[in-house]
Amino acid sequence: MANTAHAHAADPAGETRRDFLLHTTIAMGAVGGAMMVWPLIHSMNPAADTLALSTTEFNISGVAEGQRISVMWRGSPVFVAHRTPAEIEAARKVQLSELRDPQTDEQRVTKGKDKYLIVSGICTHFGCIPQGVKVTEPRGEFGGWFCPCHGSQYDTSGRIRKGPAPRNLAVPPIKFLTDTTVLIG
Amino acid sequence: MSTEKSIWKKALDWHEERLPIISWIDHSLGTKYPVPRNLNYWWNFGSLAMFMLAVMIFSGIFLAMNYTPHVTLAFDSVEHIMRDVNYGWLIRYMHANGASFFFMVVYIHILRGMYYGSYKAPREVLWWIGLLIYLAMMATAFLGYVLPWGQMSFWGATVITSFFSAIPGIGDSIVTLLWGGFSVDNPTLNRFFSLHYLLPFVIVGLIFLHIWALHVPGANNPLGIDATPADKIPFFPYYVMKDVFGLAVFVVIYFTAVFWFPNALGEAVNYVKANPLQTPEHIVPEWYYLPFYAILRSIPNKLLGIIAMFGAILILFALPWLDTSRVRSGNFRPVFRIFFVVWVIDVLILGWVGAQPPEGIIPTIGLIGTLWYFGHFAVIMPVLGWVETPKPLPASISQSVLKAAE
Ligand code: HEM
Ligand code: FES
Repeated sequence: MANTAHAHAADPAGETRRDFLLHTTIAMGAVGGAMMVWPLIHSMNPAADTLALSTTEFNISGVAEGQRISVMWRGSPVFVAHRTPAEIEAARKVQLSELRDPQTDEQRVTKGKDKYLIVSGICTHFGCIPQGVKVTEPRGEFGGWFCPCHGSQYDTSGRIRKGPAPRNLAVPPIKFLTDTTVLIG
Repeated sequence: MSTEKSIWKKALDWHEERLPIISWIDHSLGTKYPVPRNLNYWWNFGSLAMFMLAVMIFSGIFLAMNYTPHVTLAFDSVEHIMRDVNYGWLIRYMHANGASFFFMVVYIHILRGMYYGSYKAPREVLWWIGLLIYLAMMATAFLGYVLPWGQMSFWGATVITSFFSAIPGIGDSIVTLLWGGFSVDNPTLNRFFSLHYLLPFVIVGLIFLHIWALHVPGANNPLGIDATPADKIPFFPYYVMKDVFGLAVFVVIYFTAVFWFPNALGEAVNYVKANPLQTPEHIVPEWYYLPFYAILRSIPNKLLGIIAMFGAILILFALPWLDTSRVRSGNFRPVFRIFFVVWVIDVLILGWVGAQPPEGIIPTIGLIGTLWYFGHFAVIMPVLGWVETPKPLPASISQSVLKAAE
């Protein structure tokens, strides 16, 4: 030990070389460690079979005017509403400036299928399922959906109008495969 | 004979030379650990907390032998534990009620520290480690509550993991990462079981650090003054006996709950199997989270609500500096005492608010309670240290006793 200490003091060049080795070793070790962390973290992300289940097809012709249903997509409900003309009108006459997350009703439906509103059934606050699919359930002041968890209220376009939720009910990727068959995802 | 070492003593000495574990225990919690002579019963709750951790680990390991972490089987396996496994009901009720009692004990332990100023120099690190233990306990209990896969398990898990969606930009990806899918589902249940098993052992490690950090300055005491060696007595036998007595009383209360009121603190709706399509009418967390839940709900903005909720605990880390008074014990701080009691009442009110549906006057009470909670730490504590005149401190622990006797 005494010898090495001596060598240090006497030979500054040796010390730099040793430091260089030390620092590269630490750096390589850190890089290697970091490279191992990502697979571990990523293993917690959705697995391939979970991702494979991420589309749903359903037939919309059974939903009568004024009726709402929920369809399962990726383990959570999607609300499908066949809106009455009054509900559509209520959604369209709202000024954008009144909205927390400004979006027109037209932006939220498929063109030509305006009477169908298809939105995610997950409250954008903390993920509860808002009530309002069944006629017996509360729909809030705006005639859409009411979240029982912390009182968020959505309108007939699924837009947030009151309560703590920050965003409108999300519109999932939708495609009308035929006039009556809808693909979500 | 009297001078001759017995064979057992020889064997022990032989072993101690190689691994001095007995001396180590003797120094940590035995005759070589000097403790102030004037500790009152509020000082029993640390050992009670350790006891509860042991109860949780033991009962948990036996539950795990019969529990199945799968969405189709978890709920039924808990019912199987309750109905079919020999004494399964006892083990599960000990575990479920044990969590509540663990929190009660730890809350009293924390309040003890807050009243007697145990967080002040030189015990700041000890206080921090205690808060880390508390955070780890909250995480463990949350993960555990999801395991029986009832309605409240599922929706509690959904709401709490969704907290992270409030983080701007990456929030939704973090939630997907936590879930391992697009909703709380089987991958979520699996990892929650894994982590629920792990975290209690992390807590065991933290407790070692906690005790270590306790031994460096030694225990605080009800007078809050530094104890001289003459004012200390060995932990064994004195405080071991006192702790055992406290434990006996505590165990009677705990098992009264386990045997006669096992569901008093639980939610009936958690005996309904999880249904991802239907949120229960009224979501409430377990009682030990209620004040924080009230703080979250009282702020009508998602991100700010989350910040306030976590901030309510994080602010405790700064308490050693927010409290500007150098007098530790509340016994000598006439104004602090009052504010301390008011703060405890405020927390109780917040707890009550957290259990109510957020309608009518409730959110307003919650907001006032939240403001008071933070105001206590951010305004009252710093100012009080400057304006309050503390009562004169005794010169030593024995002096205070002799004075009282006169
Ligand atoms: C810090 C210590 C611990 C705390 C605070 C804690 C808390 C909880 C809670 C609150 C529950 C839900 C009880 C219910 O309502 O049914 C639970 C369930 C469970 N815990 Fe723990 N736990 C701890 C340690 C452990 C350990 C070490 C294990 C070992 C594997 C374990 C295994 C389980 C199992 C299998 C369940 C599901 C069965 C059931 O719900 O009763 N726990 N835990
Ligand atoms: S989860 Fe819907 S209002 Fe909070």
